[in-house]
Amino acid sequence: MEKKEKIGVYVCHCGTNIAGVVNVGEVSTWAAENLKDQGVVIARDYKFMCSSLGQELIQKDIKELGLTRVVVAACSPHLHEATFRNACKGADLNPYLCELVSIREQSSWVHTDKVAATEKAKALISGGVSRVVHHEALEPLHVPIHPATLVVGGGIAGIQAAIEIADAGFQVYLVEREPSIGGHMAQFDKTFTTLDCSACILTPKMVQAGNHPNITLLTYSEVEKVDGYVGNFVVSIRKRARSVNEKDCTGCGICWEKCPKKVVDNVYEVGMGTRKAVYVPFPQAVPKYPVIDRENCTYYIKGTCKACEKFCPTNAINFAQEDEILNIEVGNVILATGYDAFDAHRITQYGYGRLANVFTSLEFERLSNAAGPTGGNIVMRDGKTTPKVVGIVHCVGSRDKNYNEYCSAICCMQSLKFAHLVHERTGAEVYNFYIDIRTPAKGYEEFYHRLLEEGTHFVRGKVAEISDAVRLPGEEGKLIIQVEDTLTGNQLRVPVDMAILSAGLEPRADAKEVAKKFGISCSADGWLIERHPKLDPVSTVTEGIYIAGCVQGPKDIPASVVQGAAAAARILGKIQQKEVLLEPVRASVNQDQCSGCRICNNVCPFNAILFHEDTMVSEVNPALCQGCGTCVAACPAGAISGTGFSNLQILSQIDGLLMLNIPRKEAVV
Amino acid sequence: MKEYAYFPGCSLEKMAVSYHQSTLETTKKLGIKLKELEDWNCCGATTYFYIDELLAYTLCARNLAIAEKTGLDVVAPCSACYKNMFFTAAHLKTDADLAEHVNFALEEDNLQYNGGVNVKHLIEVFAHDLTPEEIKSKVTHPLEGVRVAPYYGCQIVRPQKGKEDVEQPQFFEGILEAIGATPVNYPLKMRCCGGSLIISSRTAALTMVRNLLKSAVDSQAQVIATACPMCQVNLEVYQQQVNLEFGTDFNFPVMYFTQLIGLAFGIPPKKLGIGKEFVAVLPSLVPAGKK
Repeated sequence: MEKKEKIGVYVCHCGTNIAGVVNVGEVSTWAAENLKDQGVVIARDYKFMCSSLGQELIQKDIKELGLTRVVVAACSPHLHEATFRNACKGADLNPYLCELVSIREQSSWVHTDKVAATEKAKALISGGVSRVVHHEALEPLHVPIHPATLVVGGGIAGIQAAIEIADAGFQVYLVEREPSIGGHMAQFDKTFTTLDCSACILTPKMVQAGNHPNITLLTYSEVEKVDGYVGNFVVSIRKRARSVNEKDCTGCGICWEKCPKKVVDNVYEVGMGTRKAVYVPFPQAVPKYPVIDRENCTYYIKGTCKACEKFCPTNAINFAQEDEILNIEVGNVILATGYDAFDAHRITQYGYGRLANVFTSLEFERLSNAAGPTGGNIVMRDGKTTPKVVGIVHCVGSRDKNYNEYCSAICCMQSLKFAHLVHERTGAEVYNFYIDIRTPAKGYEEFYHRLLEEGTHFVRGKVAEISDAVRLPGEEGKLIIQVEDTLTGNQLRVPVDMAILSAGLEPRADAKEVAKKFGISCSADGWLIERHPKLDPVSTVTEGIYIAGCVQGPKDIPASVVQGAAAAARILGKIQQKEVLLEPVRASVNQDQCSGCRICNNVCPFNAILFHEDTMVSEVNPALCQGCGTCVAACPAGAISGTGFSNLQILSQIDGLLMLNIPRKEAVV
Repeated sequence: MKEYAYFPGCSLEKMAVSYHQSTLETTKKLGIKLKELEDWNCCGATTYFYIDELLAYTLCARNLAIAEKTGLDVVAPCSACYKNMFFTAAHLKTDADLAEHVNFALEEDNLQYNGGVNVKHLIEVFAHDLTPEEIKSKVTHPLEGVRVAPYYGCQIVRPQKGKEDVEQPQFFEGILEAIGATPVNYPLKMRCCGGSLIISSRTAALTMVRNLLKSAVDSQAQVIATACPMCQVNLEVYQQQVNLEFGTDFNFPVMYFTQLIGLAFGIPPKKLGIGKEFVAVLPSLVPAGKK
């Protein structure tokens, strides 16, 4: 092997980020002298290696000194690995022959002892030099991109994403679990702060998505299985039986008119209203075709009825219809599966479910909605009495370590909107019980001020209890809200007719399963994790999987629309490139050494390892592998190695770190 | 057969002897063996922990050490005893330094506590260790139509011991349903009875009792069921004082939950200690002549 490598070492000052703690001059001189035997022919330090001048310095040395390896001692590879690899490539050196050593995150930022930090920087560089010797020239994998996109979730974020991509001329499959797209936004009455009618601004988009020639709408459907990798996903979708032939149905509505079975609607009307056993969730539903709810349909329970079939003018009812499994190919996926409202039953002291006139925010949305169960009349649970005093409790289930520690972001504005609607429509006295008012977006603070001027009461304090235990005169027949007004320091008992719990947002109950299905991960509180919280909020660590809307974290409608459009833009950019380049840092299984134990199959977070039943060995799919190295560590037979992180490379790096590669002169005492 | 170490506590020797009697009678009927701790001592009650914490822990630990020798879970019918013993056991488990100090003192008595005792309130035995079916199977005289306010008081569930619901628990209601009674929605069921506040702040304490009684009346209950001798005393014995202070006319029966269970099991009222109350038990529950 004895072809001697020529290695250049470049030590970055990063302004004072590194040079303030690490003596960079000393480090570079030391490297030039002491790592000579390892092949170091030049070592330099420079104020900002990542600047174009710094990069040119490296390129010049590659050309003039004929460097065959480059070690850059600077920041974390997360930040600038790509920068320096590109610099090497620019000087015709294979980019994978460059090694980044982090002496900022791993030395200068975490130490204050300058001498020790300098010594550590030397050790880290020594490790990097020992490792880079064993690097191989690698070529990125070229993978063609299938131009179609799968959007999972037909709420506002998913609809927006689907329309953006479809408008650009590419095929979209929009999958929605419920019988209609629209999501939570379809349940709302008004939207803050403009008080636009939610349905009026949403339904045109729903119709656009439903009629778009490039959008295949798959409602009442769920993704069962995802295989493949960026550019080439194969997705199995279960299209549940609607029991209605879509090609015959005209959506005339005679079937649900004639259906004798009333069912409490726990989804769209959140238990406030009823629907029939054959139904569309709401009049503007897209698609217009109804579904038969087989759990409640008399025909499926007793075997008789068939009223819908009898009256259907186009013979579209099909009781024998079965679920269909569709296998589609797509290049990219957007997950926009939204949120669940916090279940207010969990806070038992607020009495939801026990005290009739305690409502949740979604219930109030239906109550105030002109198309809702009361025709938009804000009335108490008896269906007729208009409340005279209404209390709105903020932060229900949010900012509370017993439930969710995070702020749900929308509840302040939602509560202000409720306060306005109650005040406007009933003239009732309105109390807002808040911890802090958070109105951080365009026009939001102004809306808050408008409410203050409308005469709504604001009490700063977390509600302790809502009770019907009467103690004082004037409390008879009321709900009593017990709260400490933290601005005056007084305990208050506020008697109200109606209490509205402004429930927070929670990840979908099945968010973890969905994340696993698509090979991405959830944060501790269950929201899907973006690749970078600031700079890459819509993509994920799995190439080709994007997230948009509340699935990534609580947010309001404008923010969801932004993310839907952003994810679409990212994907359109990829589709235009026609192929993706994949990092060649991959694991591979030595089939002779593999014992077929399948341990690696389960540890792989990207579902990249296949097991061949016939030969009883596992194989890594290089397009799916992200080079994380988990399987390499897990393989009990040592049969898996990674390009870029082979055992030889790691062990050499450790030797280097421990300075075992440098002949000891004498022990310094 | 279920078997527990039994720590009656001081109250059950005198003031709450009817709780003691009804506990023994009902558990016997259910085939539960309660083995009273040998030579047990006071739990420290409300005050001792505020006077000398280390000595108070040692006092409780002595009972725990005796219980540990039996290898059984220890059951306390009094909420204060239960709370003191539960948190002593919990602290001794996590605080090695405290355990060392306490065991040093226990050595004088040739005792040692190794952290192996589970502490339970009597009501937990009925609510969690027994199924409603097991209770139902012994019911011969279901308390049909009797509207009972389940009064938890504070110390059974507070401070929170695990992840249980400390705001609106339902297990007491479950027991009452199992004996055929109707648990009412009693909104103040978790409110404090005042404890020993009557000694230091009479009006405040009586106000608390008044609120609890009023809420029970408003809930249309006929009887309050308690699971603690202190709650029982405050709610029942001080009714006359409340009436004097506030001009009310409460005459509201307050019974131990074990007495209600005993009646449903057909145990003679006398054996359940009924007949010693300040406010007479509902005539419908104990018809004249039935002893």
